[in-house]
Amino acid sequence: MSIPHPNRDTSALFAGPLAWTEDLTVRFGRRTVLDRVNVAVQPGEVVTLIGPNGAGKTTLVRAVLGLVAPDGGRVLRRPNLRIGYMPQKLSVDQTLPLTVRRFLALWRPVTADRVEAALEEAGVARLADSAVQTISGGEMQRVLLARALLGDPDLLVLDEPDQAVDVHGQAELFHRIAQVRQRRGCGVLLVSHDLHTVMARTDRVVCLNGHVCCSGRPEDVSRHPEYHALFGGHAGDLAVYVHHHDHAHAEDGKVVPDHDGGCCHG
Amino acid sequence: MDDFLIRALIAGGGIALLAGPLGSFVVWRRMAYFGDTLAHSALLGVTLGFLLGVNPMVGVMAVCVALALALVALQRRRTLAADTLLGILSHGSLSLGLVALAFLETLRVDLMAYLFGDILSVTDGDLMAIYGGGAVALTGLALLWRRLLAVTVDEDLARVEGMPVDALRLAFMLLIALVIAIAMKIVGILLITSLLIIPAAAARRFARTPEGMAALASVLGVVAVIAGLLASLNWDLPGGPSVVVAAAALFLLGSLVPLRR
Repeated sequence: MSIPHPNRDTSALFAGPLAWTEDLTVRFGRRTVLDRVNVAVQPGEVVTLIGPNGAGKTTLVRAVLGLVAPDGGRVLRRPNLRIGYMPQKLSVDQTLPLTVRRFLALWRPVTADRVEAALEEAGVARLADSAVQTISGGEMQRVLLARALLGDPDLLVLDEPDQAVDVHGQAELFHRIAQVRQRRGCGVLLVSHDLHTVMARTDRVVCLNGHVCCSGRPEDVSRHPEYHALFGGHAGDLAVYVHHHDHAHAEDGKVVPDHDGGCCHG
Repeated sequence: MDDFLIRALIAGGGIALLAGPLGSFVVWRRMAYFGDTLAHSALLGVTLGFLLGVNPMVGVMAVCVALALALVALQRRRTLAADTLLGILSHGSLSLGLVALAFLETLRVDLMAYLFGDILSVTDGDLMAIYGGGAVALTGLALLWRRLLAVTVDEDLARVEGMPVDALRLAFMLLIALVIAIAMKIVGILLITSLLIIPAAAARRFARTPEGMAALASVLGVVAVIAGLLASLNWDLPGGPSVVVAAAALFLLGSLVPLRR
């Protein structure tokens, strides 16, 4: 595999990644959405997928989850890997009377205590008896985090919410996820639509545009020419931001990455 | 009370009890038109049953399953919207059933009874079919309850959690087919769906849990059966339609009740 593996794998019982792809190719009709993509998530590692709209980020995540069948190559997982999936959004039909508490208990047999604990860990204990249709998008994200936690995941997979959740809610969610990772040592595979919030919180960035343009540590990727080709002028700002993030210079909130940025060829 | 009325109450009540939880799922899964389509195909199943010399209920089940599978296959192509496909299958299969029935010259079938039901001529065999088949259907539903709810809430999540989503969907279709097969003779193929969805829809406003909605739907269904049958007896009205009118009246009454939330 061509992906460099950072040496962060310390707590794992088994060596090697949690989940990885080998030359994964996915086509929708005649369009090749993913072209020989190799990505791996190590235990305890946060891997962030970035790339312009239509780059295949969501498709890659869905393939790792087993929701999209590969047209070529393979998706591999460690045996008995427990995946906690947080979809981008979830809407429950109005006709179904369902509280948050009950929603959490649908996916596997769980005790009331565990549901309580998961709600606490995700910071939404006060919503337990609310109807799922009445909570906000940001609240739903955290309920979905609680749901994922109930499965004791080795790997958290999430498609980052974009417009549905405000910036503050987003930051809060990432804070929770960072805590969860620290406490539980699980890997995280994340699709990001907002480079700015994510670069500082990730171990490895995979820049995707149908194929893997470049990947590596955020500060390395941000210097990569293909990355600049993809994200144009904003990449410089971001690199500076990433460079300084150790010193907690987080006040630069005006960077807006160009999601429809130029294409690159590899 | 007359014997036929008691039988009608027992038969209709049994179907209403069964229709509560299954009808709730039909409402949650937005499958009202799908249920209607399956029901419309039941006439073809009856005819095939006669033609092949098997029990009409078996014929109905077979046709319902074939139709459900055909629909899944057609939906995969994604060239036509689901409601268009359902419309084609629904009326196509109903008309095919009517045409096939016309070919059976030697057979005298009470067509009106199949279309609108004949709740006042329930036999012991019908009662056994309703309570036997109903017990099977309710047991199956109880066993699949949590997973069916999960699939209803989000299929992707259910899949990632390792649930056999396609098998669960098929199992649910089979349960609906079973209900149609046993309810057909009582309320008729044109009215079966109404007994599934109207009590469930009426129960929605007053329920806070899925089970509460299912149970209340059963109760409302039984009330509609009793009210409809008594009205039918009093004013000499057709049985099946009277029950459906009573259910619809309950729905309207329920939607007028103010709720404090």
